[in-house]
Amino acid sequence: MNVLEIRGLSVDYLSAGGTVHAVDDVSLDLRRGEILGLAGESGSGKSTLAHAIGRLLRPPAMITAGSVVYHRKDEQVDVLKLAPKALRAFRWKELAVVFQSAMNSLNPVMAVGAQIDDVLRIHEPDMSRKARGERVVELLRRVGISADRRKSYPHELSGGMRQRAAIAIALALNPEVIVMDEPTTALDVVVQRDILHEIRTLKDEYGFAVIFITHDLSLLMEISDRIAIMYAGRVVETGTAKELHRSPRHPYTLGLLRSFPKLRGPREDLLGIPGTPPDLRDLPPGCAFHPRCQSAFDDCGRVSPRLLPGPHGEVACLLNENTGVEVQA
Amino acid sequence: MSGKVVLEGRNLTKHFTAARGPRGRLGRRPPVRAVEEVSLSLRAGSVTALVGESGCGKSTVARLLAQVYPTTSGDVLLHGEAVRAHRGAAFRDYRRQVQLIFQDPFASLNPFHRVRYHLARPLRIHGHVRSAAEETEQVAELLERVSLTPTDQFMDKMPHELSGGQRQRVAIARALAVQPVALIADEPVSMLDVSIRLGVLRLLEKLADESGLALLYITHDIASARYFAEEIMVMYAGRLIERGASEELTQSPKHPYTQLLLESAPDPDRVAPPGSTRRGEPPSLIDPPSGCRFHPRCPVAMPVCSEKTPPRTQLGDGRWTECWQYEK
Repeated sequence: MNVLEIRGLSVDYLSAGGTVHAVDDVSLDLRRGEILGLAGESGSGKSTLAHAIGRLLRPPAMITAGSVVYHRKDEQVDVLKLAPKALRAFRWKELAVVFQSAMNSLNPVMAVGAQIDDVLRIHEPDMSRKARGERVVELLRRVGISADRRKSYPHELSGGMRQRAAIAIALALNPEVIVMDEPTTALDVVVQRDILHEIRTLKDEYGFAVIFITHDLSLLMEISDRIAIMYAGRVVETGTAKELHRSPRHPYTLGLLRSFPKLRGPREDLLGIPGTPPDLRDLPPGCAFHPRCQSAFDDCGRVSPRLLPGPHGEVACLLNENTGVEVQA
Repeated sequence: MSGKVVLEGRNLTKHFTAARGPRGRLGRRPPVRAVEEVSLSLRAGSVTALVGESGCGKSTVARLLAQVYPTTSGDVLLHGEAVRAHRGAAFRDYRRQVQLIFQDPFASLNPFHRVRYHLARPLRIHGHVRSAAEETEQVAELLERVSLTPTDQFMDKMPHELSGGQRQRVAIARALAVQPVALIADEPVSMLDVSIRLGVLRLLEKLADESGLALLYITHDIASARYFAEEIMVMYAGRLIERGASEELTQSPKHPYTQLLLESAPDPDRVAPPGSTRRGEPPSLIDPPSGCRFHPRCPVAMPVCSEKTPPRTQLGDGRWTECWQYEK
């Protein structure tokens, strides 16, 4: 069952040098209680997409088309059409966001406990001070911070603890969806491993769904249930983590997988991807990936591939359109 | 273990004293013990990796080797001779032989100047060119070496017109301009996109190979060190704790910290992801743990670990580790 349905979402940045199509006609489903990984390089539009879902975009960014439908128990709402008051109630309570740098997302002049309390006080005005205090301690404990640190300020905590505190705030109101934008990128591998484990445990316990955004595909393959790969503002492939790892269908996904040095097994040759990511103001015609694609043929420079269902997941590649899928349709 | 030792650090130790902050006993501020007794040697034509988490002191080692600041104790040796060169002609002469590449190619190029300016300056300062024609020729040659072609187009570009990978190539070309014997690359690819990291690492590898450069590759990514370095040294909380040929070290790590580091790295080939270790975080370097600095997080710590610093245990073939487990 889907908790969030993104349909045909497009976001433009208006700039003097031309319009940047940061997110272009993206459709994605988020199922209840799953971790959906969103992978892509810088400039692929993954963070813009996350901001659009939380209605956090500011000019010059503009949502030009599409909808983000959130499913409550008995009703559906389009997040993009929520009035300010309804939006306020929606945030934190139903959808929370955790950003990359907890140093920037936490208030530096407020103790972490007070910041969690703040969310509770605003969104649950009926809660007593004592109940809030207990909830704060409970939340901190859940993310692995001892209760006596609730009076600590962000600068007194290590990077890992800050990120845990940011996760505690996101959990405060038991949301259905948590968007995590590169939550572990600034952390060391050992600490990252602990936080990832924490996210999975909390998810199993509370049953929220996660959109997990990162450029690190190997990390996503471990933590996600399903993965969507973005390139130049579009989703180019979706599938379960296992399928994507075993048999990637889009040449870009394949290239990404072959760019990671492996820790175990034989030292295979790394192939990488030639060239550089495209300029979003001046995208190549047809498939945006074709100038870097080793399997590109003539049509790739003319026809823009659609995201079509394949034997597993979906893929936007002309190679796929010409083989198998046409027969099905 | 091919070439001759070019650059060497012997018992490098660096303590930083905070300019502000609370004073300890006797009114002195406690120093940050960033690097303790680190010894390493870089060989011509070979890539050595220094791996560790942030805050472990790996960048400080890079800066000590590059003479950016003086050591608290210990020596930097270039071609076997101890050097202390921090300013003036001696420093300039040292910089002609040992060059640095930094993590952030957005910060290391001057946004107001063209590529040509960045590459021509070291050529002029170090007296490699005499005329404008010679300058253009050598700048073109440098761009060619880092595969920024067509060179005449790249020469007149501004940094903002280049992608991250291209900027890092310009930074590498600038380091090569003075024809150094040693190159210290401090996280040269961690700011770059995954798909272009490989190209930059290949370039560094090729340069080490072709020009006989001694290359120190500093990184937090041990998987990339496995691919691009011949030997790996692992650093934890200011000390080197294990050294070995890259394949052996990554396939059979000895020190519990190296094992933890390898276990924690994401690896989609693994059948089941490992659980949380909950081993806490790296220690403060103002008041590091006694004995082995890893003992508070170590799963196999023994009483001796918190009392005495473990000695270096040689395991053959240049492989060693500093852990009480291997000491008989």
